[in-house]
Amino acid sequence: MSFNLKKEASKPERFVGGHRLCAGCGAGVAVRGVLRALNEEDKSVCGVATSCLEVSSYLYPFTAWQESYIHSAFENVAATISGAEAAYKALKNKGKMKESYKFIAFAGDGGTYDIGFQSLSGAMERGHDMVYVCYDNEAYMNTGLQRSSATPKFAEVSTAPVGSVIPGKMQHKKDLTETMVAHNVPYIAQTTFVGNCKDMHEKSYKAHYTPGPAFLNILAPCPRGWRYPPEELMTLCKLAVETCVWPLYEVIDGEWKLSYEPKTKLPVTDYLKLQGRFSHMFEKGAEWMIEDFQKFTDKKWERLLKKCK
Amino acid sequence: MGIRERLAGNEAVAIALRQIDLDVLPAYPITPSTDVPMYYSQYVADGKVKTEFVAVESEHSAMSACIAAAACGGRTATATSGPGLALMWELLYVASGTRVPITLAVINRAMSAPININNDHSDSMGARDTGWIQLYSENNQEAYDNHIMASRISEHKDIMLPIMVCQDGFITSHAIENIELLEDDKVKAFIGEYKPAWSMIAGKPVSVGPLDIPQFYTEHAYQRAQAMKNSKKVILDVFKEFGALTGRKYDLFEEYKMEDAERAIIVLNSSAGTAKCACDALRAKGEKVGVIKLRVFRPFPLEELAKALSHVKAVAVMDKAECFSAIGGPVFADVRTACYDLEKRPQIINYIYGLGGRDVRLEDFTFVYNKLDEVVKTGKSGEIYRHLGVRGV
Repeated sequence: MSFNLKKEASKPERFVGGHRLCAGCGAGVAVRGVLRALNEEDKSVCGVATSCLEVSSYLYPFTAWQESYIHSAFENVAATISGAEAAYKALKNKGKMKESYKFIAFAGDGGTYDIGFQSLSGAMERGHDMVYVCYDNEAYMNTGLQRSSATPKFAEVSTAPVGSVIPGKMQHKKDLTETMVAHNVPYIAQTTFVGNCKDMHEKSYKAHYTPGPAFLNILAPCPRGWRYPPEELMTLCKLAVETCVWPLYEVIDGEWKLSYEPKTKLPVTDYLKLQGRFSHMFEKGAEWMIEDFQKFTDKKWERLLKKCK
Repeated sequence: MGIRERLAGNEAVAIALRQIDLDVLPAYPITPSTDVPMYYSQYVADGKVKTEFVAVESEHSAMSACIAAAACGGRTATATSGPGLALMWELLYVASGTRVPITLAVINRAMSAPININNDHSDSMGARDTGWIQLYSENNQEAYDNHIMASRISEHKDIMLPIMVCQDGFITSHAIENIELLEDDKVKAFIGEYKPAWSMIAGKPVSVGPLDIPQFYTEHAYQRAQAMKNSKKVILDVFKEFGALTGRKYDLFEEYKMEDAERAIIVLNSSAGTAKCACDALRAKGEKVGVIKLRVFRPFPLEELAKALSHVKAVAVMDKAECFSAIGGPVFADVRTACYDLEKRPQIINYIYGLGGRDVRLEDFTFVYNKLDEVVKTGKSGEIYRHLGVRGV
């Protein structure tokens, strides 16, 4: 499959304008990118967990979804899509379905790493033919920037504020992608918006057309929560990759494959300094936080390189 | 006609669901409802049905999967009890608010804590305000019959509300009784092909589960409430059609020896049999006593019940659930409401009874009838919120 952005971008949109996501938000970019990778003849059922994406895209009676869409609750999008896929299979088996549908679950990091984790784990283990997409913006943005287990260490969030004693969140980010690898899911990938989004497109295509479950973890920055100017969305994604804070890789049938290795690994400060949520790390006396963050990033990166060899 | 069998309530339910040949059955095991998915998964394993059996990792996921399967135009059902129903709570509202037909076999069990696997109605009574139709079943036959009728009611275009069919955990779910089953083809003909008005996987794309701002939420709630009101007529129509097919005639509630009754007991599910027995014994002595067994609790048969109680002097409402309102149980509250507009209101007392599997005996109902006699004779209700058989008080 050769990627041609012009050609791909000329396909009919499946998630259209009129939604109320903020300028510079990664959620809509992720949804459009994932859906664009569907073959034109395929329809889909998209489940969305309670999230910014959900409250912004289907406010009765207006929907931004050109696909069938369902929202049910916060913690159950994987189970929801399981049920839809099961009904599709049953109706196919009974000869009542002719058309071909794909089943996709979208959720933020709160709905995936935390409250929706059990539902996700169950659906992946059962092996439904579905794609689970986490758009990871590293906190509960919909409720006003609270800490999730995807929030990076030291980030300032509203339930782990920076105080005179505690400097923001004190735990490192949970590695959910690795956890999903342990589920023996046939296709797993980590991606974000880099360059012409070829990486996200190709991974989405593989996720859609690998039989069985697939899991995509997409770093999708949030301008309000991360505190960056909306036009810097792509810059941040690129820096997350170039600093190895968010490495791009795939795990295909248990085999780890690095998608991109930076020629020169940039220091984490290049990524952190653009974001208001990390500003206290650049104050006098906070050097240890930068060191800690860099050390953690390096350790994770080295481990990933070993797995990908 | 029919097939004579001996079955426990859970197996009877599983057979009804097999005859319906569901599209999707997501389920999670919990005592005492576990037999239902166990039997059903065997039907799947033996190729007797073409259902997708989804062994989910929680009741929350079971109900979530049901909602989405129904939104895809699939016939779907699941089974649960007590804490399992509680874990579904959030989704019970989502199911009725999404206006999708789902059948839920509730094998009634007490709510924790303390943990108790035995029967009372605190689970389904807690869910009485979630927008689900609720049918109650005295015995295995009724549990079976109610399940056959459930999808017809739930799927009706004027209703589109999910439905719970309740029976008593262990007491009927595990007790083997005589039963008359319908032939498979008759069930198929009775329930018919499900043709949903919309589906996420047929024709144009559909968006399901919007965010409602305040200018729409009220109207959607109102429509749901109207559907619940309308469901009474549909339920009666389906009962009538089922009666013509099977000879088993059902109504919103059963009136047992109520024609000239001066004292009445109102009861749900399996205890009705015991109450009728106590009633018979007193009738033999010439006492004017009767029993009303509620079958349909949601929608609540307010006018019909008021009429049935209009000539009664004293009523004892039996609640197999404590709802901690400090004024009585849930059935009691609704029955008293039903009687408010009567010209001549009966005196009404409430007994909380049979909690957590506490045995309910013939003499318990005799005791209640005798207490009603005191109420009639003295003209005084005394304490209206009573607990039956509490030790040490």
